[in-house]
Amino acid sequence: MTQHFRATSGGRINRRKAINFTFNGQSYIGYEGDTLASALLANGVHLLGRSFKYHRPRGIVAAGAEEPNSMVQLGEGATTEPNIRATQISLYEGLTASSVNVWPNVEFDISAINGLFAKIMTAGFYNKTFMWPRSLWMKLYEPVIRRAAGWGRAPTTSDPDIYDHMHLHVEVMVVGGGPAGLMAALAAGRSCARVLLVDEQSEFGGSLLSTKRQIGGKDETAWIADMVAELEAMPDVTLLRRSTTFGYYDHNYLCVLEQKTDHLPAAERKGKVRQRVWHVRAGQVVLATGAHERPLVFADNDRPGIMLAGAVQTYVNRYGVLPGKKMVLFTNNDAAYEAAIDLQAAGGDVVAIIDCRHEVSGELVDAARALDIEILAGYAITGTSGGKRVESVEVRKIQKGAKVYTSAARSIDCDLVAMSGGWSPVVHLFSQSQGQLHYDEAKACFLPGTPRQVQQVAGALAGQFSLKDCLAGGYKAGADAARATGFTPKRKPAAPEIDEPDAGEIEPFWVVPGSRPIGEGMAKHFVDLQNDTTAADIELAVREGFESVEHIKRYTLTGFGTDQGKTSNINALAILSGILEKPIPKIGTTTFRPPYTPVSYGALAGRNLGDWSDPVRVTSIHDWHVNNGALFENVGQWKRPWYFPKAGETMQEALNRECLAVRNGVGVLDASTLGKIDIRGPDAAEFLNRIYTNAWLKLGVGRVRYGLMCHEDGMVFDDGTTARLADDRFLMTTTTGGAAGVLDWLEEYLQTEWTDLKVYCTSVTEQWATVSIAGPKAGAVLKKLAPEMDISHENFPFLSFKEGTVAGLKARVFRISFTGELTYEINVPWTCGQALWEAVMAAGAEFDITPYGTESMHILRAEKGFIIVGQETDGTTTPQDLGMDWIVSKVKPDFIGKRSFTRTDTARKDRKQLVGLLTDKPDDVLPEGAQLVFDPHAPKPMPMAGHVTSSYYSATLGRSIALALVKGGHDRKRQKIFAPLEGKTVTAEIVDPVFYDKEGERLNG
Amino acid sequence: MVKYSIFTIARNALTGHKNWPKQWRSPEPKATYDVIIIGGGGHGLATAYYLAKEHGVRNIAVLEKGWLGGGNTARNTTIVRSNYLWDESAAIYEKSLQLWEGLSQDINYNVMLSQRGVLNLAHSLGDVREGVRRVNANRLNGVDAEWLDAEGVKDFCPIINISKSARHPVLGATLQRRGGVARHDSVAWGYARAADALGVDIIQNCEVTGIKREGGKVTGVETTRGDIAAKKIGVVAAGHSSVIAEMAGIRLPVTSHPLQALVSEPIKPVIDCVVMSGAVHVYVSQSDKGELVMGAGIDSFNSYAQRGSFHVIEHQLGACLELFPIFSRVRMMRTWGGIVDTCPDASPILSGTSVEGLYFNCGWGTGGFKATPGSGWCFAHTLANDAPHPLNTPFSLARFESGALIDEHGAAGVAH
Amino acid sequence: MLNIDCPWCGKRHETEFRYGGEAHIARPEDPAMLDDTDWAAFLFMRKNTKGYFAERWLHSHGCRRWFNVIRHTVTHEIVGAYKMGEKPPKLPKPAGGAK
Repeated sequence: MTQHFRATSGGRINRRKAINFTFNGQSYIGYEGDTLASALLANGVHLLGRSFKYHRPRGIVAAGAEEPNSMVQLGEGATTEPNIRATQISLYEGLTASSVNVWPNVEFDISAINGLFAKIMTAGFYNKTFMWPRSLWMKLYEPVIRRAAGWGRAPTTSDPDIYDHMHLHVEVMVVGGGPAGLMAALAAGRSCARVLLVDEQSEFGGSLLSTKRQIGGKDETAWIADMVAELEAMPDVTLLRRSTTFGYYDHNYLCVLEQKTDHLPAAERKGKVRQRVWHVRAGQVVLATGAHERPLVFADNDRPGIMLAGAVQTYVNRYGVLPGKKMVLFTNNDAAYEAAIDLQAAGGDVVAIIDCRHEVSGELVDAARALDIEILAGYAITGTSGGKRVESVEVRKIQKGAKVYTSAARSIDCDLVAMSGGWSPVVHLFSQSQGQLHYDEAKACFLPGTPRQVQQVAGALAGQFSLKDCLAGGYKAGADAARATGFTPKRKPAAPEIDEPDAGEIEPFWVVPGSRPIGEGMAKHFVDLQNDTTAADIELAVREGFESVEHIKRYTLTGFGTDQGKTSNINALAILSGILEKPIPKIGTTTFRPPYTPVSYGALAGRNLGDWSDPVRVTSIHDWHVNNGALFENVGQWKRPWYFPKAGETMQEALNRECLAVRNGVGVLDASTLGKIDIRGPDAAEFLNRIYTNAWLKLGVGRVRYGLMCHEDGMVFDDGTTARLADDRFLMTTTTGGAAGVLDWLEEYLQTEWTDLKVYCTSVTEQWATVSIAGPKAGAVLKKLAPEMDISHENFPFLSFKEGTVAGLKARVFRISFTGELTYEINVPWTCGQALWEAVMAAGAEFDITPYGTESMHILRAEKGFIIVGQETDGTTTPQDLGMDWIVSKVKPDFIGKRSFTRTDTARKDRKQLVGLLTDKPDDVLPEGAQLVFDPHAPKPMPMAGHVTSSYYSATLGRSIALALVKGGHDRKRQKIFAPLEGKTVTAEIVDPVFYDKEGERLNG
Repeated sequence: MVKYSIFTIARNALTGHKNWPKQWRSPEPKATYDVIIIGGGGHGLATAYYLAKEHGVRNIAVLEKGWLGGGNTARNTTIVRSNYLWDESAAIYEKSLQLWEGLSQDINYNVMLSQRGVLNLAHSLGDVREGVRRVNANRLNGVDAEWLDAEGVKDFCPIINISKSARHPVLGATLQRRGGVARHDSVAWGYARAADALGVDIIQNCEVTGIKREGGKVTGVETTRGDIAAKKIGVVAAGHSSVIAEMAGIRLPVTSHPLQALVSEPIKPVIDCVVMSGAVHVYVSQSDKGELVMGAGIDSFNSYAQRGSFHVIEHQLGACLELFPIFSRVRMMRTWGGIVDTCPDASPILSGTSVEGLYFNCGWGTGGFKATPGSGWCFAHTLANDAPHPLNTPFSLARFESGALIDEHGAAGVAH
Repeated sequence: MLNIDCPWCGKRHETEFRYGGEAHIARPEDPAMLDDTDWAAFLFMRKNTKGYFAERWLHSHGCRRWFNVIRHTVTHEIVGAYKMGEKPPKLPKPAGGAK
C-alpha cells in the first residue's frame, strides 16, 4: 500500500529507509523517524479504536503523550504490550499492532450497539442499577461489566526482557529538551555544574521539531544540532533521549523512564536492557515541560479526523504527513492558524477557518487570508458528520458568549478538522512537587505559582509561549539553578534574531452548544474522549449534588483514563466553572499524581527479581548440605537445611531417623545462622542485666547463661544464650530471624537511653560458623577432634565454654543444649565452617553421626518443652505465660518489660499459658494452628481456649506431642481439651510441656 | 429519596436526565445538633446513617473539612474481608461483612460489592502455621475460611507463580470466599445519600478548629463556618484524629503514616480474586474497569502528606512480579497516598474519652475500608447509648493501660 | 524518598535509615513508681504532630548512629538534624513552605 497522505517533501523522516509494519493484520510501509501514528496517517488510516462506553469510532487526536484515543496492542506473544499510544511508538521494522477492546474488529465492532443505550449509560448509572435481584450482581451484571471493561491484554507468559535501575546525583536536572530546556542545560552546563537533560522524544528540540523557525540566522534543525553538539561535548552533562520524567518526589528526587530498545526491531533488542529507571537526586531542577493543546468541546467532536491543530502541524512538519487533504480549522486563538498555513504549504487544502472570536486580526490571520483561506470569524462548529471518518462539519454564527446562534447552519465538507482551544502548560511535575498553581486569565491557563522545592520553571510551562521568551527564560532558569548550587554561570550570550509570528490573543471558549441544548438529542460533546465523558455528564453530576471538582472527576470518570486527562482536565474544570457560575480559580484543580505517563511494572521492579528480590544468605557449609540432599527452609533471608532425606524416605521417616540418632547416638546441626553479637565494654554486664529478664552481674567468665528479652510491654521478643568471654566482654546469641532486630534494639538503648553505659555491640554472626554436635556420643566425637581439650564434666560443665583447637582449627566450644542431649556447639572462623563440618563427619563416622535439620531440631526441643520465639510466642506472650517465671528476676529493681507485668491484663491469672498436649490417640498429630476449646459442642462463635503452637510425631516417645497456649493452662493439667478440626474433633489431655527427661539427666550424655 | 433502579433511569432518560434530584443537600449548618460527627468519610457517614436509621437520632451534622469521601475512603484498595485472627476483630469485621452483603439494597445505591474471594499467601513455614491458625480461629468464629495448599492456590488463581524455586515460594494460602472488593466512592456517596434522606446535614468545606468544653463535657465545635453546638461529638477523622484530639486536650496512641496504592492501566480481565501477601508486601485485585489495583506496606515515617516515598512502590512491584510474572509489561497508571492512623496493636479505637460526650473512632490503620459499615454501626450504637456495643467494647482506649491489646499485626496483611 | 542529613555522614537517601518515631521520650527513671496510666503514656501515647516534628532516625545502613531530625509532617521539609543529647535547631517561622 502506498503512502497517499505523505507530503512530497519535508519532515524529519528518512525517506530512503522504508519500514514495513502491520496494523490490524494489514501491511503498511512507513519511514524511519515515523511514529506508528504518523505512519498510519500517511497511509490514510484514521480509525484506530473504539471508545470505552459507547464504542464509537475513534482516531488519532494528538501527536504525543497527551493522546487520549489511539491505544494499541503492540507486538505479539511474550513481548506484547497493551494500551500503548500510537503517537508514542517509534516505528520499527516488523512492528505489529492492533486495536484494543474491539470485537470482532475495529471496523465492525459489535459493542457499538451500546450507543443505542447511551441515554441510559450516563455518569453514575452503575450506582443506580444492577441491584435487583441481589444474586444477579455477581452472576450476571458484574461478569458482563468486567468482560466489557479493560483495553488491551497482558501477555500470558513471563517477560523475556530485562530492566534496570540507575542512580544519579546532579547539581541541575533539566526536564524537557525543547528550546527552553536546551537553553537551561546550556547555561548550567557552561557553568561546569553536573547537568542532566531529559526528554521524552527520540530527539531534542521539543516544539521546534514541529515548527519552522529561523534562530540567529540558522534554521531550527541546525540550531538544535548545534545546541546538542555543544552539550554533548561537555563531560559533566548527561543527555537522555526517549526518557520520560514520570515522578517528582520529595527533596528533589525524580524518576525517569528511559526506553532503550523499544524503538528497535526485535532482532536488535536481544541481550540489551529494555528500559531503565533513573533515580535522580538533583540540587536544582529546571522544569521546561512545555504545554499541551486543548481540544474544543463541540457536538460530536470525537470522530476520527478531528485532531488538535498542533498535532496537524507536527504531522505535517515533523513527519511529512498530511492528516487530511481538506481541512477545517476550528480555533479560539491565532497560534493555531499556523497549522492551516503549514498544511496548505505542504499541499493540503484548508477549506475554512472557523474562529469563534468575533474580531480576528494579526500576522497569522493575514497570512491565512493571503493564502485565500476563508475565515469565518464569530462562528463555531455545531455538529459533525461522518462514520469512521469526519466528512463534514456544520457551522453557525454565534453571539458573543457563545450561548445563542445567529445564523442558519452551513455544512462544509472536509476530511480533517483541526481544533485548538488554547494551551495548557504541562504543570504535572510541578504540581507533583507540591508547587501551587495559579490561573492566568489573559493566557487562559494554569501556571506554576509558588514552588515547594528548589526548582526553576521555564518555557511554555512558565507561560513563555513565544520562542524568544522560551530561549531567554530557559537560559535564565539554567543560570539561576547553577548559581543556586554554587556554580558561576558564564556571561549571558546575546539574544539571537528570531523570526516568529505574533501569537495574538486567546478567547476562552469552553463548550460549544450543538443544535440542541447539551444533553438533548443524539449529539455528544465529549470532554474526556477516553472515558466517554460528555459535557452533559458533568451537568448531570452537578445536578445530582456533586460540586467539588474531585467529585465530578470521580462521578464522571473524567481524567481517570490512561492519558490521565491531559487534554480533558482543564476543559472539565472550565465547564464546571461555567455551570456553577464560579470563576475557574475558585473551582481549583485536581491533584496531578505520578506517573506522568504509564511505566511498566518490569521497569519499576528492575533487577530486583528472583534471588535478587531479597538477598539469599547461606552458611559456609551450604554447599555440603546441597550436595548431601538437604531440603531447605527459608528462615528470614537464610537458607537452612530443613531435613536430609535419604533415597526413598518420606519426610517423617527422615525425621524419625534424625531424631533417634540424636537421642541414641550423635547428630550434627549447622547452627551458623544463629545471631551472634559481641558485646564489649566495662558496663557490658550491667547492660545485659537491664536487657534480659534474669540476673547477669555475677555470671563468671567462661560461663554461659540463657536469657529472655522482652519489649517494654512485657512481651517476649527474643531469646538465646550468652557467654561471658571476659569481665568486660560477652558473646550473645539470638534467634536466626531476630538477629538484626536485637542488634538494633541493643544499640537503640545504648545510644538513646543509657548513654552513660560504656558498651559496644558488634554483629559477628558471619564471623563464626557453628557446628552443633548432640547426643550421647557427642563427647566421643569431640574427643577425637580435640584431643588436647579437657572435656570432662568437671572441667567443662554444662553452661560453660572453652577456647582451643578443634580439628586443627582455632575454636570456641560451648556446652549448651537445645535438644536435651549432651551437646557441644563448636564455633570456628566462618570460612573454616565446611572444613570443621567435614572433620566432624569423618570423626563421627564410626558413631554413624547423622546430619539433621531445623525440623528435627524443632521436634527434639519440643520433646524437652523448649520454646521457639515466634512459634510459642506471637508478640502477646509474657515469660510467665510460658511458665518461665524462673528466668524473671524478682530481685532486680528494673529491666526492660518488668513494669508491664503488673498491668491488669498482663497480670491476669487466666492468660493463655504454655502447656503440653497429649492426644488421646497417640497417632493423632494435631495440626499446628489448631484452635482449642473446652466445649466442642458450643455453637459458633465457639469460645476458644487457645491454640496449638507446635505439634510433631515424636519417634523418641513413639507418639504425637504438642505444645499449646491455653487459657489458664498452668492450672488445667490433666484436663481434657478439644481441637475441632474440619470434619473431626481431636481430644487431648493437658500435660506438662516437658515430655522427655524431665530431670535433665541426659545433658551429661 | 427517589428510588434508584433501571426503571428510574429509563424514565429520566426520556427527559434528558434533567430531573434527577440532588443525591444530598448542601445545607447551611444549624446552630445546634444532638450529635456532630467530625469527618465525612465512609465511617463518619455510616455512623450518621445508622444513628438516624437504627437509633432514631435525626438532628445530626456531619462536618467534612473538604469534600465528602475525599480521605481514605477515596484512597484505599477497596478490599473487603473479615478473616481476622482474634475473636474481638473477627466479630466486628464479620459484622461489617454481613452489613456489606446487604448494603446496596439497604441504602439503594450499588456499592458494587464483589465477593470474588481473598487469598492471603503464606511464604514460609511460619506463615503456614499462622495461616492455619487463622483459618481454624475463623472457622470456629463463624467466619468462612479455608486453607489451600500451593496447588489449591494455583487452581483458584491460575496466573500466580507457585514455583518452588521462587525466592519466597508460595506454600499455601488462606481463602475467604466471601471476601472481595467494593466500589469505594460509591460507599461514601451511598451512605451520604441515605443519611441525607433521613435528615442528616452533611456540611462540606467545614473544618473543625476547636472542641468546646465546659466542666469536662463537650458543648460544641468551632469551625471555619462558625461555632456549632452539640451534646455529643463523634470524631471519625482517620489520619487527623490526633489533631482533633489535641483540640480536646486528649492524647491518643495513634500515629499517622502515608499508605500508598496504585493502579495499572485497564486491561482485560486476568485476575478474578484478591491476592494479598503480607510477607512480601503486596496486594492485588482487578477492578471492574480492568485496572490492577495494588497496595503495599506503609511508609515508616509520620506524615500528614498524602504521598509516600517511591522506593516503597518499586519494592511492591518487585514483589508483585515475583507472584505474577505476566504483569511485567503491564504499566502503572496512577499512584496515590492516604494518611492512615495506626495503633500500636494494629487494631482500632472505638471509644469514649475522658471528656464526656466526646467519642473517637480511629486507628483503623490499613483495615478501614472493609470495616466501614461495621464501624459506623458500632459507633452509632456507642454514641446513641453513651456506652459501647459488645462488639466494640474491647476496642477501648482503656486497653492501652490494662495491656489487653488486640495484636493484629499478622492479620493486617501489611507490615507496620 | 527523603534526603536525610545524618549528622555524621551527611545527606543520604531515606532507604539507608530506619525510622524511630517521636524524639525526646525518656524512659522513666523508675518505672515501678508510675501508675498504669502514666506507664501506658510512656509505652503508647505519642505526639502525632501535624507540622514540625522532632523524630528519631537510625542510620542503619551507614554509621549505625541514632540521631534526631526536625521535619515537617506535611511538607516533609527537614529543618535540621542533631545528635542525641544536642538541642534541636530553631524552627523557621511561619510554619510551612519548604525551601
